[in-house]
This record gives sequence, C-alpha cells and structure tokens, in this order.
Amino acid sequence: MLVVTCPVCGAEGDETDFHYGGQAHVRRPATHDPANISDEEQRDYLFIRHNPKGLHFERWRCDRGCGKWFHAARDTVSMEFKAFYGISELPPEELQAQAKGPWADYFKSRAKA
Amino acid sequence: MSGKPYRLPAGGSCIDRAKSISFSFDGKSLQGFAGDTVASAVLASGQRLFGRSFKYHRPRGVVGLGSEEMNALVGVGVGARHEPNLRATQVELYNGLAAVSQNRWPSLSFDIGSVNNKLSRFFPGGFYYKTFMWPKSFWKHVYEPFIRRAAGLGKAPEERDPDSYEHMHIHADVLIVGGGIAGLTAAEAAAASGVKVLLVDENPVLGGIADLSAGKIGDTTPAAYAASAEARLRGLSNVHILTRTTVVGHFHHNYLMAFERVGDHDPALLAAGAPRHRLWKIRAGQVILASGALERPLAFANNDRPGIMLASAVRALVERYGVAPGKNGVVFTNNDDAYLTALVLKQAGVGVRVADSRARPDGALVQQARAAGIEVNAASVISAVEGSHGVKAVKIAAYRKGQGRVITETRVDCDFVAMSGGWNPALHLWCHNGGKIKFDDAIASFRPNTHGDAIAAIGAANGTMNLAETMNEAVAAGEAAARAVNGKAKASKIKLPAIDEPQRGALEPLWFAPATGGYNEGNKHFIDFQNDVTAADLELAQREGYESVEHTKRYTTFGMATDQGKTSNINGLGVLSEATGKSIPEIGITTYRPPYTPYSFGSIAGALTGKLFLPVRRTPIFQWHTERGAVFEPVGQWRRAYTYPGAGEDKHAAINREILGVRNKVGLLDASTLGKIEIKGPDAAEFLDRMYTNTFSTLKVGKCRYGLMMNELGFLTDDGVTVRLADDHYLMHTTSGGADRISAWLEEWLQTEWTHYKVFVTPVTEQWAQFAIAGPRAREVLQKLESDFDVSNEGFPHMSFKTGRLGAYPVRIFRISFSGEQSYEVATPANLGRGLWDAILDAGREYGIEPYGTEALHVLRAEKGYIVIGDETDGTVTPFDVGLDGLVSKKKADFIGKRSLEQSYLKGPNRKQLVGLLTEDPQEVLPDGAYAVREVKDKPPMEMIGQVTSTYMSPTLGRSIAMALIENGKARMGEVISFPLEGGKVVKAKITDTVFYDKDGGRISA
Amino acid sequence: MKTRYSIFSLARNAMNYHKDWEKAWRSPDPKAEYDAVIVGAGGHGLATAYYLAKNHKMTNIAVVEKGWLGGGNTGRNTTIIRSNYLQDSSIAIYELARSLYEGLSQDLNFNTMFSPRGLMMLCQTEHEFRAMKRTSHANRLAGLDCRMITPAEVKEIVPIINDDPACRYPVLGAYYQPRGGTGRHDAVAWGYARGADAMGVDIIQNCEVTGIRREGGQVAGLDTTRGTIRTKKIGVVTAGHVSTIMDMAGVRMPIESMCLQALVSEPIKPVIDCVVMANTVHGYISQSDKGELVVGGGTDPYNNYSQRGSFTALEHTVTALVETFPIISRLRMLRQWGGIVDMTGDRSPILSKTDVQGLYVNCGWGTGGFKAIPGSGWVFADTIANDRPHPIAEPFSLNRFLEGRLIDESVAAAVAH
Repeated sequence: MLVVTCPVCGAEGDETDFHYGGQAHVRRPATHDPANISDEEQRDYLFIRHNPKGLHFERWRCDRGCGKWFHAARDTVSMEFKAFYGISELPPEELQAQAKGPWADYFKSRAKA
Repeated sequence: MSGKPYRLPAGGSCIDRAKSISFSFDGKSLQGFAGDTVASAVLASGQRLFGRSFKYHRPRGVVGLGSEEMNALVGVGVGARHEPNLRATQVELYNGLAAVSQNRWPSLSFDIGSVNNKLSRFFPGGFYYKTFMWPKSFWKHVYEPFIRRAAGLGKAPEERDPDSYEHMHIHADVLIVGGGIAGLTAAEAAAASGVKVLLVDENPVLGGIADLSAGKIGDTTPAAYAASAEARLRGLSNVHILTRTTVVGHFHHNYLMAFERVGDHDPALLAAGAPRHRLWKIRAGQVILASGALERPLAFANNDRPGIMLASAVRALVERYGVAPGKNGVVFTNNDDAYLTALVLKQAGVGVRVADSRARPDGALVQQARAAGIEVNAASVISAVEGSHGVKAVKIAAYRKGQGRVITETRVDCDFVAMSGGWNPALHLWCHNGGKIKFDDAIASFRPNTHGDAIAAIGAANGTMNLAETMNEAVAAGEAAARAVNGKAKASKIKLPAIDEPQRGALEPLWFAPATGGYNEGNKHFIDFQNDVTAADLELAQREGYESVEHTKRYTTFGMATDQGKTSNINGLGVLSEATGKSIPEIGITTYRPPYTPYSFGSIAGALTGKLFLPVRRTPIFQWHTERGAVFEPVGQWRRAYTYPGAGEDKHAAINREILGVRNKVGLLDASTLGKIEIKGPDAAEFLDRMYTNTFSTLKVGKCRYGLMMNELGFLTDDGVTVRLADDHYLMHTTSGGADRISAWLEEWLQTEWTHYKVFVTPVTEQWAQFAIAGPRAREVLQKLESDFDVSNEGFPHMSFKTGRLGAYPVRIFRISFSGEQSYEVATPANLGRGLWDAILDAGREYGIEPYGTEALHVLRAEKGYIVIGDETDGTVTPFDVGLDGLVSKKKADFIGKRSLEQSYLKGPNRKQLVGLLTEDPQEVLPDGAYAVREVKDKPPMEMIGQVTSTYMSPTLGRSIAMALIENGKARMGEVISFPLEGGKVVKAKITDTVFYDKDGGRISA
Repeated sequence: MKTRYSIFSLARNAMNYHKDWEKAWRSPDPKAEYDAVIVGAGGHGLATAYYLAKNHKMTNIAVVEKGWLGGGNTGRNTTIIRSNYLQDSSIAIYELARSLYEGLSQDLNFNTMFSPRGLMMLCQTEHEFRAMKRTSHANRLAGLDCRMITPAEVKEIVPIINDDPACRYPVLGAYYQPRGGTGRHDAVAWGYARGADAMGVDIIQNCEVTGIRREGGQVAGLDTTRGTIRTKKIGVVTAGHVSTIMDMAGVRMPIESMCLQALVSEPIKPVIDCVVMANTVHGYISQSDKGELVVGGGTDPYNNYSQRGSFTALEHTVTALVETFPIISRLRMLRQWGGIVDMTGDRSPILSKTDVQGLYVNCGWGTGGFKAIPGSGWVFADTIANDRPHPIAEPFSLNRFLEGRLIDESVAAAVAH
C-alpha cells in the first residue's frame, strides 16, 4: 500500500484513496492534428508504453481528496516516489535528466517549445 | 510427581496452580492449570504423541516453544467454531477446550497411513514426478484422490463462522516488533522523546525469552528487568502495547499487518461480543525489528521422534509450566546456550547429560554444567534414536568435525532429547519488502544487512546474541528512530544498568550428524519435519540437477510447510552446502514471503461479510418496491426492481402484464439509478462535442438529444439522452452502471487534455429521483397531476424538456422514451421522490397505471430495437456495427475514438452488424447468447457467424423477437440462419431490421 | 538417452537409496553459436525449445535464463488450466494447450499432474449469466466440452458454496468446463526442461541477456553475462520483462508490467474438488493436492517490477471468497506472493514476428499464461522454425494493434485467469 501525496491539495493518503492513471506525458495526436495521423502514431498513442524497470512518469488522481489529476515520478522496482507535480507540469529537472528513451525526447521538445 | 506424571512439584512462572482447567485431547479429559498451553498441559499428562507427519505419517510430538512449532498441530473447538492446524505450543488453555490430533486414521497411536513410512524408501523427494503416469486416466481417478485424502493436515469447519472480526488502522511514529529485552529497551529509548510508539508482541506476555536467559541486568534477572521496563512503558501515554499480536507482513512504504488474537484464549470474551481476531493495519514512520531468534534443530538420524525437542523449548517447559520433558534426557548441542537447559533440568531434578559436537567446549556455562555434576561428552553426536512413539534410548558417537561415519558409539537410556543447533535471527519481516541479508559465520546464519525502507533490526533479530550488545543496539535504534521522526537530536533518558552475563564459547555449525549404519542409507535426518523432507532428499535434488535452492525447495517441498521453513531453512542450506562444497551464501536462500505466521481469512475480511460485504445503493423508492413484493436484480451496486409479481403470479406472467400495461395503458418505472451529470461552463458545448460521437453544440436550449460515447479505441462505451438547460449548461444521462465511470471519464479529459476548457462536471445521480411515465395514457396522468406548464403534445413535443411543478413537486421533466410509447421522465429532488411516486400512482389509478420493472423495460425497448450498452455491445462494437452511423459526426474534426474508427479492421469488411431476428416458429425463443453458424454440421466445430444479443417473447407481438450481431448482417436481410443448440436442436430465424413494433414511430410522438 | 521415469525405475533406484539418478538436465556453458536462442526459461520458453527440437528437429539451440528455470510466473501462478474463452482465436490456442496438457505427462515422461477436476465460472448477476451463456454456446460450437449448470448442481459439486438466497450476489448458475482443471506448475517447467535437454537443447541458467546484436535489419546474436552468443534467430519469451529485452533490439512493446497477487491457505483435508471462479466478486479458488487452497488475487493497479506480495489486492479477493465460501473464515493464509505479469492493451497475448528479421516475441499472457504453455510453445516453435506465423499464432501478431484487430476477452469475464 503506497503512500501518495497530492501536489494540488496536499492530501497524503493510501494508494486506495487515489486512482492510478498509467503512463504520463503521452501525446494525443488527434488533439493537435486530427486530419494527419498515421496508423503507427495512433498505435503508439493507444498501446505502446515505455514500461521501464526503474524511473516511471505516471498519472494519478486524488480520488477522495480534491479530485484533481496530477503527475508522479516513481521507481517501479523500489516503489519510491521521486516527485509529485502538477498535471500541466514537467518533472523536476534532475528527473528529466534521468529520463530515457521517448520520455527524454518529449521533455527536450517541451523545453524547446 | 504432583499427581501428574510429568508436572514438577514446584515452579512454572506462567501457570497458576490454584486454577485448575479441564480440557480434552482426542476426547480424553485432561486437567491443566491456568497459563498452560495445550502443549504443556498434554505433555504434563504424559502424552507425547500429538500428530502424524504429512507424507510418511510418522508419529510426532512437540518440538518448539511457540509459533515455530511444526509438528504438534491440533484442531481446536467443535462444530462451526473448529479451527484446524493450530500450534499446540501457542494455544492457551481454557475450561472446556477440545483439541484433536490431525492427519491420522483411525487413531493417533494406530494410523493406517504410517504404512507410507515402511515404504518410504520408494517415496524419495520428488517421487511424484517420476511415477503415477500410467495409465493416463489413473492420475485423476486413482492416484490423485489417494494423495489428496492422505495429505492436507486438519479438517475445515463445516458451518459458517459465528464469530466476528475487525480491522483497526493505526499510524505509529515508531513500530517496535517484539517485546523482549531488545524491544522493551528500544521502546523506552524512543518513547523518551515523546514520539508515538507502538510495541507489538506475539505472546500473551512481554519479555520474550528474558525468563530463559542467563545473567544479570543491574542487580536483577533479565525477566525482572523486562517486567520493570514493561511497567515503565505502560505508564507512558505515548506508548501503545499489543500482545497476542503478530506482525505478519511488511509491505511497501512501511505498511504492516498485525494479527491480534483477541478472543481465542477466552470464550467468555467472544460470548460478550468481542471480535475473535483483529487485524491492525499499521503505517509506521520507523520500524524497529526486535523479533528475536529461532532455535535450530540438529539433523541426526530419527531426530523427529516424539520427545526430541528444541533445548529452549525444554527450558521453557520446566521454567514456565513446571513440566518435566521426561525423567532422563540428553542435551545435544553445538553451542553454549543449550547448557542453560542442562542446568535448568539438573536443578529441577531431571536426569541429564550433554553431547556436544564441539571438540573442546569450555564457555562459562559449560564450566558451570560440569561443576554442577552434569556429564558432558565433548566431540560427540547422537548417532541413533531408539523408539518410535517416543524416545527409549540414543546412541552417542565420537565425532570429529567433518566426519561422515560412526566409528565408536555408546548406547544411553533416556526418554527425551533437547537439541540445539544455534539460533537463526527471525529476519522474515526484514526480507518481506526486499531487505538484504548477509551470512555471519559466528552464528552460522543470515543476519540483516541493508534495507531500502526506514527499518532497523536489533538484538537477536540482528544476529546479536548477547544482552549487553543487544541493549546498546536497542537504545541506539530507539533514539535514531525518534530522531528520524521528530528531527531532534535529543538524547534519551535511558541509562542502561551494568550487565553481567556468562562468556560464551563459539558455536561450531553441525549440519548433520553421522548415523549408525551410515548416512544416507535409510536413516532419516529430518530437515523439514512437517513435510517429511530429509537431508537425503535435499541431496537427491542436487544430484538430479535441481541445483538452485528454489528448485530444491520446490522439488522436495522443504521450507513449504505451515512453519514456512522457520526451523528448516538454514539447516537445509547447511546440508546443501556440505553436499555441493559451496558455501551457504553461494547456495543462496529462498525468499521469505508474508505472512510470518499464518493468519485467518476471517481477519482479512474483517467486518465485511454477509450484509456488510458490499454496500447496497437504494433509490428513494426502494422501500416501496420492497413492500410491493418486487423481485430485485443487482445492477452495479444498485438493487433495481426486476418485476412486481402479484399474488399467485409468477415472474413471467408479471413481466408480460407490465409490458402490456405500458403498451395499452400507462406504466411507471423507477429510473432513479440512471446516471445524471450536469455539465456547465462557457466551453460546455465544445467539450460535449469532443466526448460524444454526435454533435451537441447545435442542440437548442430546452431540447433533448440521444448521444453515443466511444472510448479511444472506437468502441461504444455508454449512451444516453442529454438536454441543454441553457447555453452553457447541459444535463447528461448515462447508463445506470456507467454513471460513476463516465463522470470520472469526463473529468479526466477536462483535467488532462483540454485543460483550457472552462467547464464544471457535477455528478447528480443521487440528487434526483427519476421516474418514467410511459404509455398511451401518460399525458393524461400528467394532466391530472396539475402541472404548471403546458403538457399538450404541441406544447411539449417528443425530445423536449421543461422545468416546473407537478402539484406540490418541483420537477425537471423530459419527453423522452425508451419504450416506444408516449413517455415522460420526471425528476424531482431525491427527498421528495417517494411523495411524487405516490402522487403519480394516485393520479394514474384511474388510467390503470402499474409499476413496471427492469425486465419489462428491456422487452419494451427490444420491441423497438433500442440497444442496451452491454447487451448489444460488448466492448468490441462500434457505432457502425449497431447501425447508428447517423450518430457519428462527419463534420467534427475530432472526438474521442474518431481516429480509431479509421483503422483498417474497424472499417473493414465482414464485421458483425446488428440485425433483428424472427424465428421460424414464432413461439420459439432463441436462447441468450446463442450463436449462428455458417453451415450446420453433425457435430462441432462449426463456423460461427454471430450471436444473439437480446432475445425475448414479445407479449405485444405475441411472438418471439431477438437482436443479434451477425457477420455482414445488413446485407443479409431476409436470409434464414441457423442456431444449433445443445442436444442437436437447430433453431432457424430470419434476419430482419431491428424495429419490431411501431416501425414509423407514431406512438412515441402521439 | 535419459532413464525413463517409471514405477520400475523408481523401485530399482530405491534399492540403492536413489544414489544413481541422473541429472534431469545438464548445466552447460554457452556455445559460441546456435541455430536459435530462446530468451527466458519459463514454461513458454522451455516448451518452445522442446517443440523446436521435437517437431522441427532444431536441436542446436539454447535457452538462456537470467535466474533459475521456471522461476518467473511459471512457478508463481495458480495453476488453472481451461480453454473457455470467447473469441475464436483465443479458443484455438488455449484449447490446443489444454489438449496437449491431457497427454503431457506421458509425452514428457514427467508427471505434470494435469488434473481435469472441472472448472466453473459462477454467474452472480443477470448480466454475467447472459454473458456466460453466450460463452457456453460459443465454446460448444467450437467443439469444447462445456455446459451451463444450475445452482443446485453448483452446490452438489462445491458443497461449501454460499447458497443463502439472501446473500449479496446469489449464484444464478454457472458455466462448467468438466475438462478444465489444474496442473503442477513447477513440473511443467521441469518436464519440458528435461525433455528439451534430452534432445540436446542447452539450458543455460544464471545467464542474463545484456544486449541484442543486429546486422542491418537482421538479428546477429546476443550479449550475455556469460559471453556473446551468435545466432540468427532469437525468440524472446520473458513475460513481465519483455519490454526491457525488446528495447535492446529497438522494438517498443504494447506492454505494461504489473504485479499479480496470489496466496495459499494452510493445508486442510479436501473441501473443494473443482476450480471455482467468481468474476463478479473477483476471486478464484482451487485446492492443491497438498490440501492448500490456492487463491488468485487481483493485480496492484500500477506498473510494478517489485515481485512482492502486497496487501490491498489480496484483501479484496479474500473478502470476496469468505463471502462466497463462508467456511474458509477460520482457515489461515499461509503464504502470499506476487508475479510480474505482462499486460497488453487488449489483455490478449502476442505471438509474433517483429520488424527485425529473426527476432520473434511471445509475451502478453498477463494473468493467465500457465494454461497456455504447451500450445504457446507449439505454435511459437513453428513460427520460429518456418519464419512465418503458425495459423493459430497469426491473430496474435503485433500488427493487430496497428489494424485495430484487437482480441478482447474482457467481454466474457472480468478476470482472465
């Protein structure tokens, strides 16, 4: 039973007071350019997941508190939360630096933008 | 001996000789004292035999001291209160307790299954895998039933548990596991700085094995010191102490489970309403593990005979219960600790000698023993045990380290053996959540190393086997934990007294003792007693290539008995080490898994059984439905009225009556469970356009529209009618089951994708009671109710909405229909619901109004070809599949699921499409879920082309109707397809469109 | 040739106190090159190797394993064997597996203890009842032996079931597959390992893959902690760890790894001679030959590689089972554990070629892979040997996620074990 802290309302509670929402920072292509989405892009959006052994960026909802969605960075082996941050925010820079693969690319592209 | 064969004339710190207790064992009436356990009281009576082993059915007696006991398992209690597999060493005696031995037939002393022991040569570890394969059918029908009957230990009760269970949730700054000297001292050190301390101990009394320990703390005994420390702690308001409570599991983020046996020891407590067990869910800031150590048996030939016990257990028997383990015994050891047992026996007047495998034992306790006149045979092992239901004699053989064969031996008459192979730190909890451990040669066992969580181990649990260091560790750990909690570097007020304890000689590991006749040749050196795993079995596993310790464990089942390897694990590794020439750390250790000791399923379920299992959601009309004799069906957490049978009426007739009532007169449905969500804000219209497949921004205020929702995969997930209340305000209906899911779904998209939308989503399902008034006379009922709005067909047409009053009741009213009839859905605040319901029934009486339930509703909608999400759809169905192409916007650039509809398979050929079905025989109703085939064959397999999604006898049409998803169905209108049923019958049905009744929809807008 | 296991060889060896049994499998060092290498010595990987050798005569092959063979989900599941799926493609593979289980002990000369004790899925809501009737029709027409049974029949087969009509979810009926049942999970891994080894397959334990070598679009070999191995065919069969391994070849997977919880009770005398699944309340139970009640729980809801028991999922399952089988209230939980399961987007497995020539993947069995082992190995071996999907494997290709051709079984049952 993990202890989760909501960065919005500050509530700290058991994982059952929250709702896990899967991988974070997944870009929904249709929101941006609905007319030009390849089958591959759509598949990646719907199904392909980083699933790393280690640092994982993910979404949670403060179910029994303020009801807000937020982001967390967690180690999928030790279960340690490294950070909680807002739903429109990027992770702390030191965690961005540790991110691998498509997440690293995404953070870089967001930083430029 | 004090009227009882083995009860000593004096002594016994735990028992109250003034209070005699009557109990029974296998039906035989026995007496014990208050404070006894079943083990001590039965042993006091002279009975040694407690049960039979798992595989060979060998006679077995008590070995241990507490929860590590693996042999003396008993069933306790009768009837519904029976509980199997309890450790006799932990069961506290009460008047009337009935205990039975297990795994024997017909009786404990004469057990047919023990023939297995005679044939044991043919049943080595893993033998199951090599045989019982021929003939093929015999495994299921002959071999396996035999094995199943023979295995399994105790019997489950046959009736529902009459006792209650509960959960407690607690936050502790510092949790201390174990109330021995280490735990008590750590608790004092932590508590001194004011943090909240929870001290948990498995036993009825605190102190651990202080009472079995040598030395002085200050000027008192360890036991007296423990008592004084306990008294000091009990005086502190920031310390909470739990006894008879075992911390059974350590999980992520310092979440721990503790299992408290509240009423097991005292039926009067249960009778007074106490829960039997209580499960504590603990969230700890810091954990200090002071769980002590478990003594190891020694592996020697026939080391499982009743009367062979752990040295500490023998000590406890004498000191705590005043029971002699026998008249004349041998202490067999490889370490100094067991000499304490020899001294205690000597003092109690029991005959004793010592066989020590070490060449030159000379610690302080050894010297004391010699000085007390106890004969000590150094460089000696027990090489044989005589007797089967008890010990008659042993052979003591000369031994040099590493020696495999017995050369000289002496026969010694005796009736018990106290053995000690050293102590294993109880590091199970340390390991549950991934703590690392390291091997320590000094104790020949593993001890805690590093851990990722805020947990520390102290004392024997940490491999520290003397008092002085234990207490220093305890103070340091207690202070450190408190500091970690409150951030202060405050020194504790604990001042440790001087400690005087005997200097101890080094332990020398002895992983197995050579036996008369040679090791491995028929001699049984038991490692895992309960599962009958011997040293030879472990070696066999190695020989056969099951080299990983996990393979050995699984192949032989060593460490998998109800003690989960507490006594066997390290001994097994020692045997494997000697067999392979690898060191114990190289061999590795199997994973310790929760729980530390087994705990009841009842305690896990807690109070959530029977009526409290799951909450039931009730509409404001629930009481009325009940009084009316409704048959209910569970829909999600709701209970909905399925139908309302009248006196002497069966369900089927009632449903037909309700349907015809709606078609011909008027019916009333409690639709309160329907999901209701208010969506408000300047971007509400655009937001709904993203959520629905069809368009809601064009909907006029005061109008209703049926909407479809997909998930991102393009599959239908919900539907319902949504009304525009104002430019920036919509009220959405969802399915009953979808209400919570859809409001969460809307929130998710708002918060995570379209964060700039200014929209509020408010679920209001429970705020409104809602009823459908449906039927050709519905409007007349409304008129009768005295509305303050125009209810004429022109003034209030189909798919429009009004707010106003019906008599005394404020209402939101929708002219929408799920029955195909003229229909109004009326919503009023939930607390007024029952009043409005009654008022409608009153007003409708003259028009013949009757309530109708969910089954009539389903038939009515099926007659009209309306889909039900979950019946016509199953998570793989698109709007096109169910023929609702018109509801999928071609204009909107994006809505949820739109892009997936373009994936090749979803727009591909041969998809199953929703059609109607009319059976050739109109009285034949297709079964639920029946499949049509391309071609009927004599027997399966047959290629399937689709399945029935809804099927009913329509009383309106006087014939059966069905809907089905059929491959290319829309192109097959008029085709007759076949449904082969069980038993060879084939039902034929013609494909039609899905609207069976009132195809032009005239009735709905009448 | 290995000594055949039989009552006679057992008796013969007993005379010599079992000192002469040979190793069930060798512990070879890796060779420099193989015709094919299977990554992962769980049941699926070992079965693949066994059928590559047996059906396709590919014996110069190896199975490399990070830890000990059978140490992943093969040794952690609740051993249920059934084939009562809803979709045709699922029925095909699970029924192939189930039918192979029927003769597996004899084929492998190793008692894998397949026990067709029957399997039932309780129907506790009208909706579930209809869904199970549909499954029953589909299964019957696919040629499976199955039927719907009444509450009275349920009670007769499982006397300890809660038949109080006032209980929260009364049993309305059940789907029954008489030839479903259980097997001995470790024995399946060991039997395949022994059988493959006997045909010359090298099973290399304690050998972790650290890299996949490619030459252009073609697989060239593996880097491992025990050296580099050249091969032109690699079959990745690593369940929860598949994302990590496939990353090494630059292939991203539609997989998330979760931790599935399971537990056993203390052993008791037989009370339940059937596998019972209660999907409405989310719990399933059977009793092992040792007498332990074997209980499958849910998964922890988040991505998880920790392979630990947790309490939350277990609590829900046990609560459901105490309600469904009230007598277990006074029995005790002996042991709980977790396994890392590989969940796909549609909860169905992947048996597929990949965009890298010579790289094949078998994964995504999620919470229900044990029952599929023989069938999975059979068709995956065929796919590797012939470098084209076996017809039964074809629907399970990675392409389905591109085409939207999902195989969604959640339709039929809330839990897919």
